[in-house]
Amino acid sequence: MSSREADRAAPARRHERVLLLLALPALLLLLLLFAWPVLRLLSMSVSDGSLAQIERAAFDELYLAVLLDSLKIAGMVTLLCLCLAYPVALWLTRASRLGLALGMFALLLPFWTSVLVRTYAWMVLLGRNGVVNRMLRDWGLIEFPLPLLHNLGGVLVGMVHVLLPYMVLPIYAALLRIDPDLSRAAEGLGASRMRAFLRVVLPLSMAGVAAGCALVFVLALGFFITPALLGGGRVIMIAMLIEQQVRELLDWPFAAALSAVLLAVTLLVYAGIGRLTKGGRLAAP
Amino acid sequence: MRLALSGIVKRFGAVTALAGVDLDVEEGEFLTILGPSGSGKTTLLKAVAGFELPDKGQIRLGAQDVTLTEARHRNVGMVFQNYALFPHLTVAENVAFPLQMRRIPGAEITRRVAEALATVELGGYEARLPRQLSGGQQQRVALARAVIFGPALLLLDEPFGALDRKLRESLQLEVRRLQRRLRLTTLFITHDQEEALIMSDRIAVMNAGLIQQVGTPAEVYDRPVSRFVANFIGESNLLEATAAGGLAEVPGFGGLSLPVPDGPATLLLRPEALRLEAQAQSAPCQAQAVVLETVFLGLSVKLRLRTDAGPDLLARIPLRPSDPAPMAEGARVLVGFHPEDVHVVPRG
Repeated sequence: MSSREADRAAPARRHERVLLLLALPALLLLLLLFAWPVLRLLSMSVSDGSLAQIERAAFDELYLAVLLDSLKIAGMVTLLCLCLAYPVALWLTRASRLGLALGMFALLLPFWTSVLVRTYAWMVLLGRNGVVNRMLRDWGLIEFPLPLLHNLGGVLVGMVHVLLPYMVLPIYAALLRIDPDLSRAAEGLGASRMRAFLRVVLPLSMAGVAAGCALVFVLALGFFITPALLGGGRVIMIAMLIEQQVRELLDWPFAAALSAVLLAVTLLVYAGIGRLTKGGRLAAP
Repeated sequence: MRLALSGIVKRFGAVTALAGVDLDVEEGEFLTILGPSGSGKTTLLKAVAGFELPDKGQIRLGAQDVTLTEARHRNVGMVFQNYALFPHLTVAENVAFPLQMRRIPGAEITRRVAEALATVELGGYEARLPRQLSGGQQQRVALARAVIFGPALLLLDEPFGALDRKLRESLQLEVRRLQRRLRLTTLFITHDQEEALIMSDRIAVMNAGLIQQVGTPAEVYDRPVSRFVANFIGESNLLEATAAGGLAEVPGFGGLSLPVPDGPATLLLRPEALRLEAQAQSAPCQAQAVVLETVFLGLSVKLRLRTDAGPDLLARIPLRPSDPAPMAEGARVLVGFHPEDVHVVPRG
């Protein structure tokens, strides 16, 4: 590099250093309160000098079943969220100003209430003598209360409710970036609304779909409060298992090993989706 | 096919975008709608394409009334301002799109796509994505996609706006040649008067939701029907004269014998109609002036003049290499013109 080029690069580098300095407090905070405890915890899983705890967490049939269950539930939640969220996101891009404001408000409102409150609300709604069962009985549709709570269905309803915004927002953002002239062009060239959507809009929104799925799946995988309360002990997810190890069995090393397995699976999912969106046409235009 | 618009009205809330547009485009004709932004020309194009439903009026394409027909059943090809190529589809897939929508067999699609891409000189680019092409290439893909299915009508929405000047000129001629060869009825939208003059069989000048004048490029240039048209197309000197008994009094130039009704009159004098010095000696109308500004344009020189008695004038004087140096700023010159070069702009 000639000295003149070096002169020109210097201000850019100084600018970068100033920005780094400004970001430093947040980075330190993360390091101190997140990275450090996670490393401490993970190191606990191998505190006896062997990989025995990790091996048990990853391969013991009992725990493997819980892990697979967790993956299955996270997958179902993701699928349900996707089916519910896509139409909502599509509607938001076409909604009037008032519709958009109301839709966004309804979507973001749950963010301002605690997960605990929302989960208890579902218990009030879905319980044996809950609002839904009482209504159905009053209308004479059922004789005995339906088991809506303390089963997989109840857990799914609660988790989908909490996680829906994480699916809607990335898809909405992706749809918003699509030039409206593209749908017009497709229709002008002879496509029906449906075919214009399937050939043009849907493929162009796949980056948002992938982002939403990754977010929801990963969040669902580590979910604790909702499955614990709505599952009534009959639905066990891996986070509940970890909590049980710590609180009831005081087995910190094994809890740490389970955490390590959960973290590894999560990272794998992220990497998989990252590859999927980066390779080929799924990438944002 | 012939396109006939009658009484098209479109309102957006309190804004009237189209205030009753009547326009006929003959079969195989290249008609340009020329107007400033906000004149309603884009709304008109959207109504013809089927993207906006007019509040009133009728759109006929050939023998068919298509006023309420869905866009996809109109069989109209359109090149959008930003081309609207599908970014996730290759060049070949983009061009094949309208044929696939018409459920044409695969083998025929392959053949026709290759043909269409060869026509726009993009053979070999089949597998590229739009973002891997230059602006001019994207424009040609959009054109191929708009004509491959043999549309009844071709719509062009300012397709040259984003291109640099050299490329724009060559593409204008290319589009013109393709349109002539396919005998495609074409409606072209632009705010660029030069482009309109170069490309069109006829020009419709639009302002405030109404068509002001329809005519050949020469007609709208030489005989504008209003001050707006005179100002919008080309450069113009508009002289305010007072007429009495067939004689129009122009400040500084004296009386001109013109067929004008008594009262105030607006006269159009194109910059190239003005003569200077020796050429002005023989002109019937003469005045003394000072050169305020000269702009060298290569083929000609543009001068801004202030006449002693009257208005400022814009003159464009052709240059030949042997000519003496153009007038210096501040020089005094004799300026003149012939009355037959004057066009009386109708008032109203």
